[in-house]
Amino acid sequence: MLKIDNLHASVEDKTILQGINLEVKAGEVHAIMGPNGSGKSTLASVIAGKEEYEVTKGNIEFNGEDIDELAAEERAHKGVFLSFQYPVEIPGVSVTNFMKTAINETRKAKGLEDMPAKDMLKLIREKSELLEIDRKFLSRSLNEGFSGGEKKRNEIFQMAMLEPKLAILDETDSGLDIDALRIVANGVNKLKSKDNAVVVITHYQRLLDYIVPDFVHVLYNGKIVKSGTKELAHELEEKGYDWIKEEVNA
Amino acid sequence: MDLKEKLLSSFLVFENQVDIDTYVHDVRNDAIKIFEEKGFPTKKEEAWKYTSLNKILKEDYSVFPQQENAIEYKDIKKYFIHDIDTYKIVFIDGKYSSHLSQTTHDGMDVCLMSSALTKPKYRILIENYFNKAATKDSLSSLNTAFSSEGAYIHIPKNKMVEKPIQILHFSTGNESATMLQPRNLIVVDENSHVQIIERHQSLNDNPVLTNSVTEIFTNKRAIVDYYKIQNDNSNASLIDNTFIKQKKESVASVHTFAFGGKLTRNNLNFFQEGERIDSILKGVTIIGEKQHVDHNTLVHHIEPNCESHQDYKGIFGENSTGVFNGKIIVEKEAQKTNAFQANNNILISDKATINTKPQLEIFADDVKCSHGCTIGQLDESAMFYMRSRGIPEKEAKALLMYAFSNNVLSSVKIPEMKQRITKIIANTLGVNIGFDL
Repeated sequence: MLKIDNLHASVEDKTILQGINLEVKAGEVHAIMGPNGSGKSTLASVIAGKEEYEVTKGNIEFNGEDIDELAAEERAHKGVFLSFQYPVEIPGVSVTNFMKTAINETRKAKGLEDMPAKDMLKLIREKSELLEIDRKFLSRSLNEGFSGGEKKRNEIFQMAMLEPKLAILDETDSGLDIDALRIVANGVNKLKSKDNAVVVITHYQRLLDYIVPDFVHVLYNGKIVKSGTKELAHELEEKGYDWIKEEVNA
Repeated sequence: MDLKEKLLSSFLVFENQVDIDTYVHDVRNDAIKIFEEKGFPTKKEEAWKYTSLNKILKEDYSVFPQQENAIEYKDIKKYFIHDIDTYKIVFIDGKYSSHLSQTTHDGMDVCLMSSALTKPKYRILIENYFNKAATKDSLSSLNTAFSSEGAYIHIPKNKMVEKPIQILHFSTGNESATMLQPRNLIVVDENSHVQIIERHQSLNDNPVLTNSVTEIFTNKRAIVDYYKIQNDNSNASLIDNTFIKQKKESVASVHTFAFGGKLTRNNLNFFQEGERIDSILKGVTIIGEKQHVDHNTLVHHIEPNCESHQDYKGIFGENSTGVFNGKIIVEKEAQKTNAFQANNNILISDKATINTKPQLEIFADDVKCSHGCTIGQLDESAMFYMRSRGIPEKEAKALLMYAFSNNVLSSVKIPEMKQRITKIIANTLGVNIGFDL
C-alpha cells in the first residue's frame, strides 16, 4: 500500500530525513519509534503532503502511484489520513460543519454527489458513539478550547468519518489519560481491517499494548536504523534509546 | 469645469426648481456655503490621509440625471432580499420608482424624503430632525445642499415593525457618468423597533459616484438594526455618511458588508445623548483587484453608563487597500463608559495594504476602553490541517475566511440577510460550498 524508497526531505535547507525505506502492506500495523528530533513527525507530515517540506531525493508510492507531487487534499482523497500531534484550533468552524465539508469535498473529488443530510447525521451519530463523544461537543468550534484528550479523540473521530486506507497516528497517545487512551485505541482497532493499514508514531510502548503492531521501526537521525516485531518496543521501553544510538554511531 | 464648480453652478438652478420651504431653504443655502468654502476633502486632511478622491472626482458626472429610467423587477430581483416580505423604497438614478416600491403610511411612515421635505404635515418633524445629526463637513454639507430625495421613515412610539425595510438605490448608467446624492431620514420613537437594509447598486460599468447621507434618530429605548450591503461594480464609488443620534436606553447597530466597488468610504458617526445607550458597529470587508474600502468611525460618549462595541474584520487580496480609522471620544461626564474596538485584518496578497488606526480621546477617569488591531496572514498550519482532511486549498481558504468573519455574521438578526451575505462571500471567494456557520 505504502512504499517509501530512499526518502530524503528537508525544511528551510535543513535535511531531516536522510534515506527512509519503509513498506506498509494492507492489513498491517507499523509502529515508528525513536528519540526526540529523530524525524518521526517530519516523516508523517511529508507523507501527508505538508508543503514546507521538500522531498530532495527518493519517492513515496501509495497503491502503486507516486504521490510526492500531489497536494495534501489529493492525498487525502486517495485515502491518506494524518492524526495530528497538535491538532489545529479553528475558531468559527464547528466539528460537524468541518466534517461535512471534508466528506463532501472528498466525494466531489471522486465524482460523487454530496452525501444526503440524513446519511450524514447517521454516520456522525454512529462514529461519535464509537469514540464516546458527546453530541454537544460536535457543535463546538473545531479544537477550540478542547482538552488534550478531547483533541485526540476528535482526531480519531475524523478518521472514523473519513475511513482512510492509510492512517498515520502521530503521537496520538501524548496527553491522554488511561481511559481516553483506551477509547482512542479501541476506536482505531474497530476501524482496522485487512484492507487498510495503520502507522503509529510514538515515544512510548504504552499505546502499543492496545494497538498491537506487526512491525516496529526505530527512527534515528532521519533514518530507520532498526526494525523488528513488537518485542523491539518492549526492549526500547526497558533500555531506552541509548544502546541504539551507540550501535549506530559505532 | 471641475466638479466643484459644476456643483456650485447647478445649485442655483436646483434651488429654483424645488418647492421652497424656508427652513429647508436656509439649511441648503448654509450647506452650499460650507461646501464652497471647504471643497472636496484632500489627503492633507488627517481624516482623509489614506483615501484620495482625486481620481474619482475627475469624471464628468451628470449631477442631475434627466431621464426617467424604467427597470423591470425581474432584472434587479437579485439585489433585493426577496425571500421574505419587506417594505421597499426604490430609487432609479435618484428618482423614486413607485412600481418597484412598497411603502406605507399605515401607523407609520415608510415613504419619501421628497414628500417629507415639501408637505406641510411633515414640517415639524423636518424642523426637529432634518440635518440635526449630520456634521458640517464638506461632503455631508454638499449632500444637504442638494438633498431632495431618499427614504423617509418615521416609526411612532411603541411599534415593533415586523417587516424589514429595504432602501435600494439603483443607477442605470444611461448617462456616461452619474453622481447621486440620496438623503435618508429615519426617526424611531420611544420603545419602537425597526430593521433596515440599504444597498446602492449600479447596473452597468459607467462610473457612478454616490455621496449619501443618512440621519438616524433613536429615541428612548428604541432599537434600530441597520445593514449596509456594499457590493457594487468596479466603477462605482460610494461615500456613505451616516449619523446616529441616540437617546437614553436605546440600542443602535450598524453592520457594514463591504465586498465591492471602486472606492468606498464609510463615515459612520454615533452620538450618545442619554444614559445606558448601546451602540454597535460591525463590519466585514472582503475585497480584491484595486478596490479601496475606508471605514471611518466615530463614537461620541457624552453621558454616563453607556456602551459601544466595534468589531471590524477585513480580508484584502490582490492590489486592494483598506483603511480603518476608529475614533472614540469619552467626555468628562461619561463615567462608567464601556467602549470596545477591534479591527482584525488578513492580507492574502503581498500587494494588498491596510492602514488601521485607533484613536481614543478619554476625558473621564472611570471607564473601560479597549482597542486592538491585528494584521496577519491566513494560518498556514490551519490550511494544512484542513487540506489533509480533503478540503481543497481554495475551499479551505474560504472556510478560514468565513470563520474569521463569523463573529460579525453571527450577530445579523435577519436569517435571510445572513444567508445572502454568506452567498455573496462565497461568490466573492469563488467557492461553492454550503457553509452554514
